[in-house]
Amino acid sequence: MTADVGSVALALAFLTAVFAAVAALIGRNGDRRWIDISRRAVYGLCALITLCVVLIEVAFAGDDFSLNIVQQHSSIETPAFYKLAAMWSSQEGSLLLWAWVLSIASSAALYATRNRLRELVPYATAVMMGVAAFFTGLMLFGGGVDPFATLSPAPADGIGLTPLLQHPSMMIHPPMLYSGYVALTIPFAFAIGALVTRKLDAEWIRATRRFALIAWAFLGLGLLLGARWSYTELGWGGYWAWDPVENAALMPWLMATAFLHSIMVQEKRGMLKVWNACLIVGTFSLALLGTFLVRSGVLQSIHAFGDSTVGPYILGLIAVVLIGSTALIVSRLDDLRSQKRIDSLASREAVFLVNNLLLVALCAVIFWGTFFPLISELFTGQKSSLAAPWFDRYTTPLAILLVLFTGIGPLLAWRRVSWSSARRIFRVPLLVAAAVALALAVFTDALQSPWAFALFVFAAFALTGLTQEFWQGARARRSLAGGSTAAALVAVVSRNRRRYGGYIVHAGVAVLLIGIAASSSFQTNRDETLRPGESAKVDGRLISYERPTVSVDEKAFTFGAVLRVKQDGREPLTLRPTRRFFRPTGTGIGTIGSYFDGEATSEVGLKAGLGSDLWTAVQPDISSVQRRARAADRGFRRCVGGAPGVPAECQAVSRMMRAAAVNPSLRPIALAQITTLQGAIAERLARSYLDDRGPATFRVIVDPLVTWMWIGGLIALAGALIAIWPPRRTRRQPVLVGESEARKEAKYREIRDAELDHAAGKLSDEDFALLDAELRSEALEILDSQNGAKREKAPQV
Amino acid sequence: MDPQRKRKIRLVVALSVAVLLAAALVYTSFSASTEAKEPSQLLSAAPGTTYDMTGKVVKGSVRRDDGGLRFRVSDRDGRGGSLPVTYSGTVPDPFRGGREIVLTGQVERGVFVGEPDTLVTKCPSKFTAANDS
Repeated sequence: MTADVGSVALALAFLTAVFAAVAALIGRNGDRRWIDISRRAVYGLCALITLCVVLIEVAFAGDDFSLNIVQQHSSIETPAFYKLAAMWSSQEGSLLLWAWVLSIASSAALYATRNRLRELVPYATAVMMGVAAFFTGLMLFGGGVDPFATLSPAPADGIGLTPLLQHPSMMIHPPMLYSGYVALTIPFAFAIGALVTRKLDAEWIRATRRFALIAWAFLGLGLLLGARWSYTELGWGGYWAWDPVENAALMPWLMATAFLHSIMVQEKRGMLKVWNACLIVGTFSLALLGTFLVRSGVLQSIHAFGDSTVGPYILGLIAVVLIGSTALIVSRLDDLRSQKRIDSLASREAVFLVNNLLLVALCAVIFWGTFFPLISELFTGQKSSLAAPWFDRYTTPLAILLVLFTGIGPLLAWRRVSWSSARRIFRVPLLVAAAVALALAVFTDALQSPWAFALFVFAAFALTGLTQEFWQGARARRSLAGGSTAAALVAVVSRNRRRYGGYIVHAGVAVLLIGIAASSSFQTNRDETLRPGESAKVDGRLISYERPTVSVDEKAFTFGAVLRVKQDGREPLTLRPTRRFFRPTGTGIGTIGSYFDGEATSEVGLKAGLGSDLWTAVQPDISSVQRRARAADRGFRRCVGGAPGVPAECQAVSRMMRAAAVNPSLRPIALAQITTLQGAIAERLARSYLDDRGPATFRVIVDPLVTWMWIGGLIALAGALIAIWPPRRTRRQPVLVGESEARKEAKYREIRDAELDHAAGKLSDEDFALLDAELRSEALEILDSQNGAKREKAPQV
Repeated sequence: MDPQRKRKIRLVVALSVAVLLAAALVYTSFSASTEAKEPSQLLSAAPGTTYDMTGKVVKGSVRRDDGGLRFRVSDRDGRGGSLPVTYSGTVPDPFRGGREIVLTGQVERGVFVGEPDTLVTKCPSKFTAANDS
C-alpha cells in the first residue's frame, strides 16, 4: 500500500518537475499565466515529494519491513530517533532527501521572487526543475535506487543501523551537508537565468544572495559536525584527515565563501561579473561532485562507497552543467564586461579580489590532491595517493594569508583609501598584533612553529580590527542617535546585519583557525600500555589506570577504564574512556563469540577546557576474553547436544530445545532460555576480564586550545544567522518592486554605508566628499533613467 | 605609468604566481605521493620503498601481541596470496577481519611493516549518504 502510493507520488513528482520546466519556458516572454502555473507546479512538486518522505518515515517508524529501504537500514531494536534518521543512511533515501530539499528551496526562491525578475525567473525555474527532474528520474529509472522497492514476503526484522553511526551528530550531519549542496542550486539557477536573458546587473544576486549564505552556513555546520563526530567518536583523536569525502564537502564551501565576497563587489561596483558567473558554476559543479564522490568507487576513502549505478548519471549531469554554463558565459562575454576598474589596490574590492584568489587557490590545491590518484594513474599507470603532510604544506600558508587579508579587508572602505585614513585605521590593530607577537615570543614557545606563530599574530590583528569596527560603528551611531553605547551597538548591528553579521563570521573563523593551529602544532600525543595500578606521565599530568570496568547486555560488551589524572595545582579528575563491542544485528541468536564479530565503537574520556583538552581512548586487550568466549561456545554446543555431566540449568535448556523442535509454539520459550543462559555466560566472561587485570593500551592527547575551534565555529554560524535574518522592512513589503526601484534602493544603501564609514572615522573627510559625490551622481543617473522610462511609457497609459 | 600598463603588469604577476603554484603542485605531488598496491603486487616488491597497501584483512588472521597487531591481508577481490603484516599504533574502530584497509609501510623480508598510525579502515556501513570525516 505504502509502496504503491509512494511510487505513484514519485512518478507524479517527476512529471510535475518536467511540466514546471516546460511551462516556465513557454512563459519566458512574459506570459504571466504560464509563469504562475509553473510556479504553482513547483509548489505541487514540493507537496508530492513531502508526501514521499512522510510515507518513508511512517514506514520506518512502524517497522514496515516489506519496504526494502526499511529492512536494510532499520530494525525493531533500533531506537526511535535513529529510525527517523535512518532514511538518509541509504542511497535511495539520500537521493529522496536531495530532491526534497531542492523542492523546498525552489519553492521558497520562487515565492520570494514572485513579483520580481520577470524575465529571469522562467529560465531559473527551468534550471531548478531540470535538476529536480534529474534526481526524481534517477530514483525512478536509475536502477536499484527506488525508495519504494518492496520485499516479498516481508521479513520479520531488519538488518539495523550500524552502531558506529548511532550518534546524534552523525544523524544531523548528512542532511546539513545535503541542504548546503542543494541550496547552491538556487543561485546557480538564477545566474543561468541572468546569463540567458542578459540581465547581468546585480538583481539576480540580490534575489539569491540569502540562499548562497544559507547554503554556506549549512555546509559549514555539516563540516563542523563531521569533525566533532570524528573527534569524540572515532577513537583516533583527530578531526580532519584530508579524506576525499571530507575534501568534497570542503571545496564547495571554500568556493561559496569566495562567491559570497565577490558578489559584494558586483553589487557595489558592477565589477567581476565573469568571475562571479564562473564561481557559482564552479561551486555548483563541486557540490554535484561531492554528491557523486560518495556514490562512486573512484577514490580510496575511509568512507564506504556503495557500489552504485547512479555515479555515471551524476557525472553526466556535471558534464552538462560545466559545458552548458561555459558555453553560455563565453557567448555573453561582451555583456559581462564591466565598465569600471578597480581604482586602487588599497580598497576593499581589491582585497576581496586577493582573498578570492587565495580561496580559489586553496580549492585548486585540495582538488589536485584529492584527485591525484586518478591523475597519477593517467600519467604513470600507478595509483598514487597524497597524504596529509602534502596537503598541509600548501593549505597552511594559504590559510595564514587568508587570515591576514581577512583582517585587512573589513578595515578598508570601498573604492579607495587615502594614506592618512589608512594610518588612522591600522594603528591600533598593528600595535596589538605587535604586542601579541612579542608576548608570544617571550612567554610561550609558540615560535617553535613559525606557521602557527604567524597565524596567531595575524588572527590577533584581524580580531582587533573587527573589534575596532564594532566600537567605531557604535560610537558613530551614538553620536547620531544618542543613548548608551550598548544600545548603540545593538542598533548599529541590527541596522546593518549583513555587514556586522559578516564581521562576526570573520571573528569566528579567526578563532576557529587559532584552535586548529594550536591543536595541530602543539599537541602531545602518546600511546601508553598500562596495567591496572600503573601510571604514566604525559605533558605534566600523572595519569593512573585505576581499574578496569566492564558491562554486558544482549547487544554489546563494554570494556572501560577508570583513569585518575593528577596535575600540580589542579583538582584531580577522573576520566572513563570505554570501548564497546557490538554483536552483529539482525542475525537472530548468535554465539557468545559473535559479540566480537560486529562493530566496535569508542567512547572517549574527555576533559574539555578552554586552555586545553585532555583526550583519552582505551583499547582493552580482549584476547583472553575472546579465547574464553570460544571455549564457552564449545561448551554450550556440548551442553545443548545433551552430553552427560553438564550443569542442570544447561540440561533444562537442551530439553526445552528438543521439545521446541517438535512443537514450534515452544520456540519463544526456548529462545528466551538460551538468551538467559548466554547472558549468564557473558556475565561470567565479563567478570573474568576484571579478574585478569590485563594490560590496556591508552591513547592520551593533550590538545591545547582545541575547544576554541568549536567555539569559533559556533560564533561564525551565529554571525551567518545574523546576516541571513531578513530585516523587518522587507518582511512586510508585499508590493511589486521594479528593478530600477531596487537599484535605486541599493544605491541609497551605499550612500548610507559611506556616511556610516565617515562617521566611524574610516573615511577621511576628503575621501568621503569624493565618494559621496560619485555615489550621488550615480543615484541621479538611476533617477534620470527612471523618469525617462516613465515619460516613454506615459503616452501608452 | 599609465593605468593600462599597470594593469597588464599586475595580470602578468598574478599569472606567473599561478603558474609557479601549479608547477610546485605538480612537482611535489609526484615526489610526495606513495604508490598504492595490492598485496599480490607487493609479494615481489623492492625493499626500502614505501607503499600504500590496499586490501582485505583475512578473517581470523588478526593476532594481538605486546608489539601490536599481526594479521594477513589479501587482495580486495580475495584472490591471490595473502601478505603477513605487522602494525603498531592506533587501530580504528571499524578494523577487523574481512574489512578493507589502507596501510602505509614497507616490505621487509616478506613481511609488510606498517608505519604507526597510518592504518585506515573503510567504514563498513551501507551508509552511502554524504558521510564525511
